[in-house]
Amino acid sequence: MQSETSVKVEQLKTAAAAQVAVLRFHGDITSTSKAAVLDAYRGLPAGTGRIVLDFSKVDYLNSSGIAILIQLLMEGHKTSQSIHSFGLSAHFQKVFAMVGITKYTHLYPDEPTALASFA
Amino acid sequence: MKTDKSLSVEQRKEQRVELRLPSKLGFEKIAMQTAASYAAILGLAPDRVEDLKTAVAEACINAIEHGNHGDEKVVVGVILTIDHRRLEVKVLDHGSGITHAVLPPDIDKKMLGEEDPRGMGMFLIEALVDEVEWVSNPPEGSYARLVIYLDREKR
Repeated sequence: MQSETSVKVEQLKTAAAAQVAVLRFHGDITSTSKAAVLDAYRGLPAGTGRIVLDFSKVDYLNSSGIAILIQLLMEGHKTSQSIHSFGLSAHFQKVFAMVGITKYTHLYPDEPTALASFA
Repeated sequence: MKTDKSLSVEQRKEQRVELRLPSKLGFEKIAMQTAASYAAILGLAPDRVEDLKTAVAEACINAIEHGNHGDEKVVVGVILTIDHRRLEVKVLDHGSGITHAVLPPDIDKKMLGEEDPRGMGMFLIEALVDEVEWVSNPPEGSYARLVIYLDREKR
C-alpha cells in the first residue's frame, strides 16, 4: 500500500563552484522511511556543509515522514550544515510553515534557485 | 458517477459513503483518495482538497496507531457524509480516544530534542479543516469528526 522510499544522492557544484550534496527523494515519506532517509543523509562525506533536499518526486508525505525530516534537520543543525529544499507542492510548503520547519530549511521553487542560494 | 454540481443546492440530499479499513499503515491512503475524489466531484477548491487529504490521512493514522494499536484485524471505520453545504468525515476506532489538549508543535524544542519529533497529526488536522470534534466513547470506541465546508463563506 505504501510506496517505498528511495533516496538518490548527487554531488553538484554551483555556478560559484560551491560543493552541494543533493538528496533526491522518491516515493512516500512516512514512518517506514526512516532508514532510507537518514542512512542516505548520514552517508554523506564528512565535512558536507551544503545540502539540498529534492521533494519533486515524493508521492505522499505525512506527519511521521515530517518527523523523520525534522530528525535530519536536527542533525544538520548540530553540525551547522546549510540545508535547503525544493519541489514541495504549495500544500506541503504550507504544512512545513505550519509546523515551523521553514525556520530550519529554506524552501525554494526549483533546483536552480535552491542551488543558486548557496552562492 | 454523476457530478452533484449539476444539481441545485436544494436538490443535494445527504449522501453517505462508508469504508472499512484494516489497521495497517498505508491504508489511510484509501480513505484520503476517497475523500479527495468526493470533494473534487463536489467542486471543492483544489487547495482545500489537499487540506482535506492530509487531515483525513492523519486522522486514519491516529486511529490505526493509537486507537487500534496497529492490530490489522481491527477495523478503522471511515464515514463520509455530504449535504448541500459541507463534507463530514468520521474516522472511528476502538481506542479510548483523545484525552489531552492539542498543542501546536514547538519546532525549536523538537530541534533540541526536548520534544518528540512526532505528534503533529492532530495539530495538522485542526489547522487544515473547518471543524474538528474528538469523541471518546469507551468501550464502544472513539471517533474524530472532521468537517470541511463546501463554501467557506456560508459556514
